[in-house]
Amino acid sequence: MNRKYMFAFIAVLVLFLIAWIGASIGLQWLFGVAVPYLAVLIFVVGFTRKVLGWSRSAVPFAIPTTGGQAKSFDWIQDAKLDNPSSKFGVFMRMVLEVFAFRSLFRNTRMKLKEGKLFYQLEIFLWVGALAFHYAFLTVVLRHMRFFLEPVPWCLQMLETVDSFFRIEIIYPQFQFGLPAVYLSGIVLLAAVVYLAVRRIVIPSVRYISLASDYFPLILIFGIAFTGIMMRYVAKIDINAAKQLTLGLVTLHPTVPDGIGAIFYIHLFFVCTLLAYFPFSKLMHLGGIFLSPTRNMLGNTRAYRHVNPWNYPVHVHSYDEYEEEFREKMVEAGLPVDKPLEAAAETAAGKE
Amino acid sequence: MAEAKPKPKDVLDQLNYQPPRADWMDTPVEIRKGMYCYASNPKSVATLGLPNARPWNPTDEDWKLPENWQQIIHEGFKERLERFRSFKVFMDICVRCGACADKCHYFIGTGDPKNMPVLRAELLRSVYRNDFSRMGKILGKLNGARPMSVNVLKEWWYYLFQCSECRRCSLFCPYGIDTAEITIMGRELLNLLGLNIDWIATPVSNCYMNGNHLGIQPHAFKDMLDFFVDDIEEKTGVRVKPKYMKKGADILFITPSGDVFADPGTYTAMGYMMLFHYLEEKYGLDITWSTYASEGGNFGFFTSHETMKRLNSKMYAEAKRLKVKWILGGECGHMWRVINQYMDTMNGPADFLDVPVNPITGTRFEQARSNKMVHITEFTADLIRNGKLDLTPSRNDYMKVTYHDSCNPARGMGLFEEPRYVIQNVCNHFYEMPPNTIREQTFCCGSGSGLNAGENMELRLAGGLPRGNAVKHVQDSYGVNMLATICAIDRAVLPTLVDYWAPGVQVTGVHEMVANALNLSGQNERSTNLRGEEIEDLKAQSEGNADE
Amino acid sequence: MAEGLVNLITKQRPTVISKWFDSAIHAYAADTAAFIQSQKDPFANPVGSQTRNSVEGLFDQLVGGMDAGAIHACLDPVMRIRAVQNLTPAQATAFIFALKKILRDMFDKQLKDAEGMRSFLEVESRIDRLGLAAFDVYMACREKIYELKANETRNRTFKAFERAGLIKKDPGKVPDA
Repeated sequence: MNRKYMFAFIAVLVLFLIAWIGASIGLQWLFGVAVPYLAVLIFVVGFTRKVLGWSRSAVPFAIPTTGGQAKSFDWIQDAKLDNPSSKFGVFMRMVLEVFAFRSLFRNTRMKLKEGKLFYQLEIFLWVGALAFHYAFLTVVLRHMRFFLEPVPWCLQMLETVDSFFRIEIIYPQFQFGLPAVYLSGIVLLAAVVYLAVRRIVIPSVRYISLASDYFPLILIFGIAFTGIMMRYVAKIDINAAKQLTLGLVTLHPTVPDGIGAIFYIHLFFVCTLLAYFPFSKLMHLGGIFLSPTRNMLGNTRAYRHVNPWNYPVHVHSYDEYEEEFREKMVEAGLPVDKPLEAAAETAAGKE
Repeated sequence: MAEAKPKPKDVLDQLNYQPPRADWMDTPVEIRKGMYCYASNPKSVATLGLPNARPWNPTDEDWKLPENWQQIIHEGFKERLERFRSFKVFMDICVRCGACADKCHYFIGTGDPKNMPVLRAELLRSVYRNDFSRMGKILGKLNGARPMSVNVLKEWWYYLFQCSECRRCSLFCPYGIDTAEITIMGRELLNLLGLNIDWIATPVSNCYMNGNHLGIQPHAFKDMLDFFVDDIEEKTGVRVKPKYMKKGADILFITPSGDVFADPGTYTAMGYMMLFHYLEEKYGLDITWSTYASEGGNFGFFTSHETMKRLNSKMYAEAKRLKVKWILGGECGHMWRVINQYMDTMNGPADFLDVPVNPITGTRFEQARSNKMVHITEFTADLIRNGKLDLTPSRNDYMKVTYHDSCNPARGMGLFEEPRYVIQNVCNHFYEMPPNTIREQTFCCGSGSGLNAGENMELRLAGGLPRGNAVKHVQDSYGVNMLATICAIDRAVLPTLVDYWAPGVQVTGVHEMVANALNLSGQNERSTNLRGEEIEDLKAQSEGNADE
Repeated sequence: MAEGLVNLITKQRPTVISKWFDSAIHAYAADTAAFIQSQKDPFANPVGSQTRNSVEGLFDQLVGGMDAGAIHACLDPVMRIRAVQNLTPAQATAFIFALKKILRDMFDKQLKDAEGMRSFLEVESRIDRLGLAAFDVYMACREKIYELKANETRNRTFKAFERAGLIKKDPGKVPDA
């Protein structure tokens, strides 16, 4: 048994119990209003402080990773994305990095074997990561409907697209009007399971993993799982839930009756994630934009980058050098700035 | 902490060897012979005025650390977090996805899990979490935090000198986390405690005082070039006349001193001299050498940013003193990362120099318009492109050439096409190694960033395995017998490496090949190459091999 | 005499090789071993591919001609790698002998009668010969490393100085680079 993922699992279990007990003994106001406000506050302040902290640190040198030919002669094709010489190139490099995980894709080797294209196993990390992040994004956007009234058309569009899978089981005696299945929820759950299993199963990844790598995965699993449960199985009063969430954003918090405990568990998980976010590796969300190996121009010989803390250093000057070697240099026929005689005179003058 | 000497019982246990399942933090570092470099000579450390110069031995229990060493590290860490956004961001955002894990040549070659780039960075991150994050401090080991201790320090030292700062992992990282950057910071911190390796410390001090890593004094430097003059005359019948520190020359030429003093780099140096002679005779171009700035390489880069700046300052200072128009740089790896990404920022602006223009072709090197320094393969590629060189590539027909991209010109500059263009114009048989071992994905020689000592031979050979393996592949497939490169460390270490992994392959600089093909006016029949080998014999040999 | 057993083993070639390969890479830490095992690209994972090639070649020699030259050629790549990896000689060569146990476990039925036992001993003697050859190759590689260590400085700096006539009668200590 690995202590690290057990710890993360137990931590999520404890969170679950706290929320469940809390909701059962009438602490709805605490878990429905106080905790969410606190969590959002911690998230916003923590996130901002972290990003400001990074941006306060200097960028003394331009150190892009040059992944392709630099711009040099007209007759040599330069790599506009991998070694960008224009701001647009950097922008596109970042766009592809942020939206398509381009560097991670590099990890995938494609092979042509007997005319067929083979991908090696590594592609699953890229696919898994993409699936996870896009599903998460869709889920977050979808949840905006709980904070907006009326629900804007673009969100409704998104929901329609997301829910093109409709499983409706309607038997005469069993009116299980299963609502539209959201693809994003299922994908999120599957991807998070894949990422967690990968961490546990691949020995080298297990070796480098920390409890803080398992914790967010298990927590997000918890969020997705409770969310799906709420929607399809242990149904809650959606209108009441929306009343609560709208109350939160309009700063008129109310706690309507009759929202199931599972809602509070879901909400508490989300709050934990928000509060945990700024202090964890999840900050890669903000950090990637500030990564100097990716967001800098490759034309470092053409434009001077300024180091804000550049300071003068001790150097061994040519004069000191010549002073030490003058005789040998003259003897070898190397030119010197001060001929031997002049140097001897200066030396004598000093004494 | 002593070196691992197997005891009889251990050996028996190992026969039934099951790897330990312990967490990496619970696996103490074992400083193994063949993997580490000797400790810095206190004299060299003192010459540069760097702190804590003292004799010490990595295999000793006691490293004679200053009393407040933990405080020094903590404060040094803090200072660097403020000075380098790269460091701070990279400490925070790694998600340990494992994409980098198998990209490191040292991991591939040694199989030591702590050579996975992510873990190398975690060595520092674990201390960062403990010292600079509240959550890390509270959760401790569970969150991957641990306090600094002597054992942690030793682990840093051991593994930060098993990283050649080649940046290959950075290419694959979704956040661009660059282990080179982390190793650079870690080595800076170690240097605050006087914990350098001698293979770096002594060249740095030599370079500072004498102008080059080998500590060659000016007259000896000239002697060496004079010897090349004789050698070139013997082989080509032409007497070249190198210039030294000529004020008002067009161009100052700076190359790593390895080219002047170590085989087979010496032949590359002869190549430069012949090229310059040709250009002077034919076009009147005036290029000068300097003994003061006689080192292109910069082992200061492997010590600290400050030391790098101190050594690098000589290039601009000498160009200014000699009133040249611009600077031409020789074939070197890390030298070009320093020139490309650091020099202008550290010691510029070089407003006393002109935007480099090749007076022969009229080409303006726009890519170097601010830092005023041109790479010799850019320079030569431009000459060839404009038909300014008289070349007989068939003189290199005995060579079946492959090209090793050196890490720094690859991932710290993006110089891929120019050297290939030059090579393909001076020889007729050129073969690439497999795509995932060249260009931006190139594998390190295993000896970069100051790790080209002798005592760590096992590390070098293991780290060089991926490269050696690819060379062996083209040797077996195409009969490749020559490995071309544009890095002085490569030229120094690859002969050893290929002697082990792909015996029969030789190593050359690109400009040795250029010179072999270059026709000088008044030359003899040129029946030998620069190494004095009969070309016809070599041709027969290489054809014989191909027939086999 | 051992032909029957050899035939049986030959029929099980893929299984034996896969087990033998797994046992060979047990010399490495678990997380490393998984990478060596799974990464199939010979350039991204030279250790894995060379080890696999060696094991396959050695297997064919074991059930085939036991040709000394061929055995040497099969052993060379894998021992060459192991010689630089900080494995003890025992760790480096242990995988050869591990084949005995693999075969004993796989063909325990044959071990029961005297004839089968004799065949087994015959095969094991062959494995011993592979093991001894592995020691030879390992030692040759180690010697090569020492030679490289000793010659490197001389071959580079010293030679260049010597050619330049900078080193007169008493070369003394080779200058530190």
